[in-house]
Amino acid sequence: MLTRRIIVCLDVDAGRVVKGVQFAKLRDAGDPAELAAAHASAGADEIVLLDIAATYEKRATLLETVRRTARELTIPFTVGGGIRTVEDAAAVFDAGADKVAVNSAAIADPALITEIAGRFGSQAVVVAIDARRTANASGSGLHFAVKKTGGRDATGRDAVNWAREAQEAGAGEILLTSMDRDGTKDGFDTELTAAIAAVVRIPVIASGGAGSMQHFVDVFGHGHADAALAASIFHFGLIRMADLKQHLRANGIPVRWPC
Amino acid sequence: MLAGPTAGQDAAEHERTAVIAIVDYRAGNLTSVKKALDRIGAESFVTSDPEAIASAEKIVLPGVGHFAATKVLETSGMRSALQNAIQREVPFLGICVGMQWLFESSEESPETPGLGIFPGQCEHFPGEVKSPHVGWNDLLLEGSSRLLAGVPQNSFVYFTHTYRAPVVSSSVARCEYGGAFSAAVERGQVFGVQFHPEKSGEVGQAILRNFHELPC
Repeated sequence: MLTRRIIVCLDVDAGRVVKGVQFAKLRDAGDPAELAAAHASAGADEIVLLDIAATYEKRATLLETVRRTARELTIPFTVGGGIRTVEDAAAVFDAGADKVAVNSAAIADPALITEIAGRFGSQAVVVAIDARRTANASGSGLHFAVKKTGGRDATGRDAVNWAREAQEAGAGEILLTSMDRDGTKDGFDTELTAAIAAVVRIPVIASGGAGSMQHFVDVFGHGHADAALAASIFHFGLIRMADLKQHLRANGIPVRWPC
Repeated sequence: MLAGPTAGQDAAEHERTAVIAIVDYRAGNLTSVKKALDRIGAESFVTSDPEAIASAEKIVLPGVGHFAATKVLETSGMRSALQNAIQREVPFLGICVGMQWLFESSEESPETPGLGIFPGQCEHFPGEVKSPHVGWNDLLLEGSSRLLAGVPQNSFVYFTHTYRAPVVSSSVARCEYGGAFSAAVERGQVFGVQFHPEKSGEVGQAILRNFHELPC
């Protein structure tokens, strides 16, 4: 049976893993290659590395980090942050990534998704969407606005429509982060993930807000997520992967265990 | 967890094993396959040269992306080199689309012929399941297999694909997702896996090691 995936995210700046609360205060949680390998052997199903600085000067550092991390991993490895062109993506694949996550650049030009998918396959393209709850003009219903550049700027796009468009452009997966929940440990925004999962056929990875094992049960249950991603709860050992997988299994959610 | 020698020991004990040609047909990313073979101590090189394929001792045909990408095999002269190698019983491992190409054809690109070593056409997943099939699913092993030797029943491996190959008499592992499909096929020296052994943790490494250690 196809299992629900638990993905560990490494937020990296200048070659070090950091994780902020609501993208603000950053705490150093170690070496990415070492951490990735430790999470993989603990039972993580996948590793995502996000370069949160992603300035031009730091790009060389990123590729070296990707190379060192990929060497340690025998599970799928996604790299995102600052990928603006097919060449950027190619460099990251060449360094050992299996998938790239694109965000702001794809919003600016959705053809980027098509170009990367055309050369490396849709399975290699993850479109990252940072979404925030919003009231529309009439004030009715539930709406999610797409934010960019690390969740700071408005894009004028609606998350549900953008997810659909990204799929049409050739995205293989959607990495959906709730900007309302990110860093709060209050639980995933299951209404957000359910809204997106209902309109796309590609897998939806829920992100933002993981604080307890029950939150994962919720996001796989009424959130209809295919995968769930978290960072700090794993880095700081607040939840052990083995305990989480057993808890999910006990709640009838298929997971890869033992692995 | 599977017990196995470390990469270092492996390299030392199998200095005489064949060099593996990884076929590059401009379809996606070969780095993962190359790295995985490096990790188990298997010597390999990436090539799109029909002559290099013709003289290869072992061949891996990776594959991500579209079935139509295999057209390049035809136009580049690699198809006949691969066909000849298979006829000469050079051990051959097709991964993902590389395995689908061993079947007659695929709905994904009906005008592109496969090798037809295994019967039938690769098809899209039925509408009632999400597609592509992405993630870790378990292997339902059937019969004996040299490629999957030592792999426990219901081992999890990593899949990512939109089309699937039918279950045939040469299937040595099935997978269930909107019905059964071939997860692994094996006949003589021809092997195919729908999943990605290079991304399937220790189970995947064990499978690649089995291929690496096959006598030529």
